[in-house]
Amino acid sequence: MSILVNKETRLIVQGITGGQGRFHTEQMLAYGTNIVAGVTPGKAGQDVCGVPVFDTVKQAKEATNANASIIYVPPKFAADSIFEAVDAELDLVVCITEGIPVLDMARVKNYMVGKKTRLIGPNCPGLISPGESKVGILPGYIHKKGHVGVISRSGTLTYEAVGQLSARGIGQSTAVGIGGDPIRGTSFIDALKLFNEDDDTYAIVMIGEIGGSGEEDAAAWIKENMKKPVAAFISGQTAPKGKRMGHAGAIISGGKGTAAGKIAALREVGVKVADTPDRIGEMLVEAIKEAGIYEKCLVAE
Amino acid sequence: MKIHEYQAKELLAAYGVPVPVGYLAETADEAYEAAKKFPQSVVKAQIHSGGRGKGGGVKLAKTPEEAKKIATDMIGMRLVTKQTGAEGKIVHKVLVTEATDIKKEYYLSIAVDNDTAGLVIIASGAGGTEIEETAAEHPELIVKEYVSVYEGFHNYEGIEVARKIGLPAELQKDFLAMLRNMTRLFIEKDCSLVEINPLVETADGKLIALDAKVNFDDNALMRHPDVVELRDIAEEDPKEVRASEFDLNYISLFGNIGCLVNGAGLAMATMDIIQKFGGSPANFLDVGGSATTERVTAAFEILLSDPNVKAIMVNIFGGIMKCDIIAEGIVAAANKIGISVPLVVRLEGTNVERGKEILKESGLNIIAAADMADAARLAVAAAK
Repeated sequence: MSILVNKETRLIVQGITGGQGRFHTEQMLAYGTNIVAGVTPGKAGQDVCGVPVFDTVKQAKEATNANASIIYVPPKFAADSIFEAVDAELDLVVCITEGIPVLDMARVKNYMVGKKTRLIGPNCPGLISPGESKVGILPGYIHKKGHVGVISRSGTLTYEAVGQLSARGIGQSTAVGIGGDPIRGTSFIDALKLFNEDDDTYAIVMIGEIGGSGEEDAAAWIKENMKKPVAAFISGQTAPKGKRMGHAGAIISGGKGTAAGKIAALREVGVKVADTPDRIGEMLVEAIKEAGIYEKCLVAE
Repeated sequence: MKIHEYQAKELLAAYGVPVPVGYLAETADEAYEAAKKFPQSVVKAQIHSGGRGKGGGVKLAKTPEEAKKIATDMIGMRLVTKQTGAEGKIVHKVLVTEATDIKKEYYLSIAVDNDTAGLVIIASGAGGTEIEETAAEHPELIVKEYVSVYEGFHNYEGIEVARKIGLPAELQKDFLAMLRNMTRLFIEKDCSLVEINPLVETADGKLIALDAKVNFDDNALMRHPDVVELRDIAEEDPKEVRASEFDLNYISLFGNIGCLVNGAGLAMATMDIIQKFGGSPANFLDVGGSATTERVTAAFEILLSDPNVKAIMVNIFGGIMKCDIIAEGIVAAANKIGISVPLVVRLEGTNVERGKEILKESGLNIIAAADMADAARLAVAAAK
């Protein structure tokens, strides 16, 4: 098993005729993802790598019985693409696009309340259930099928963590990049819940960074609910203050948001936090050894 | 994106928020002419920074002659505030405004609240001082009201804010109008912060925005060409300006190891690990997911334009970014400008084999690193 995507995932690529859409469609197909349709307004009837293109998500869903979509649409139009996927009642929409205006995402987030669609991202690398389905831009070959769930706010640090796990013979159930934007569809807690309930996930790696309070909230949730060992890394320990965050942001977070605060909150609830990004794999190994499940997490070679 | 106080006030005024009458002056003579229009005036340095008063950037002038004298000293001075860092910022222009007879100072701002995916009104009866200080020392004096991006705030919520900060009842109506106009500005122009500090109750019973700050969401500038025109490039780090022309996310730091990384998380982690191994990063640089060979070349030019840089560490884990593009950028930069410092390269991810081949075939003197820790160690050693 895995979370969110698997062999049953029937994917639409929104923005399939653009440069990024085309390249990653090819890559996802090569990985074995079941891409059933593409959408670009005005380009219906064309095909990209053998995938039929439709004008709208609704038409694509009706023709192909798709249940998920991935968005490679420029920032100016990306929020609209999310609205379209939500209105077509897909189960899952993954938005890769970086640079969407914050107020657009605020509107999207409000609109999605009570709707059936789950959003991953935006500004994320997508997700992968190794050996089953890749819905994103993650380099497929670094992954191994297995039992560790990975959640990350950063794309490239997801790869870093996965690379370290695979190098130690530890496979992944699913790796999810939840995105680097301040307003996002899926939070750490949402993803932790899914992994906690997934029988095939035995342990979890979470990668956070400075800003916001998602990691602190996750720590509080872990304390009350988590049944599985967790390892973590927080980037930005040496980031200069005030360069990224404006005045009001600093007030809203009220002292939260620093790497030190996040690390302390996670350690407090028993999460193994790596000091440096090269030790993420080591920390997970330490955590699963302590839990007595190291052998269970190893990939059979 | 930040703008100057005088621009923020013009914008607020255009949205119906009362601000003191003022004139921009780029010379002492202009300041003199402006000050002649007022019984007393205040001369305010226009730089992109808060805390200007404490740094000597805000002064009261009782006569036009005095305003001229103050402007003479202020224009061209290097103003150091809590926010500018020790290097400060050169003052190129001043705002001359009518001196206001102040009865009481308040704080009022609107920002985005990520948790509720809406806006938040932040207000306080303790205005004039920096709000971070108030938040740290007297959090009980800060009032917050969460607002929907669709509906704005309801009148009763605005009245609640006014009541909690101790605003006299007779000013409530003006306060509500002001708040409504600020919200309209925030949403129509895609702001990230609209701040009035202090918001002043004058001796003759009026509400007026004595100082103002308006910041914009960089991601939304594409749909606001009028806002882009307000940008003052002189206020920004030249390397950061150059980087933004190429859509590179670059922040200048003080160390000697230039960093070229893809992804903001990995770029921060790269800074962390360099410092862990005893080195010091010269910058944060995320080349992003869609960088081209030209952009990577530009990134190298920017890194090498920093005289402090003694080594460069390239740390790439390609997903959307392909390793061969990075490799081509490195080769193109080396051919175009020559890379004069040791170059440590760690490549991993999409098209990594092609990337490594390109570097190998180029014959460039590159220190290849096995992983991130190895790269950091090698870069720290090379910079010594």
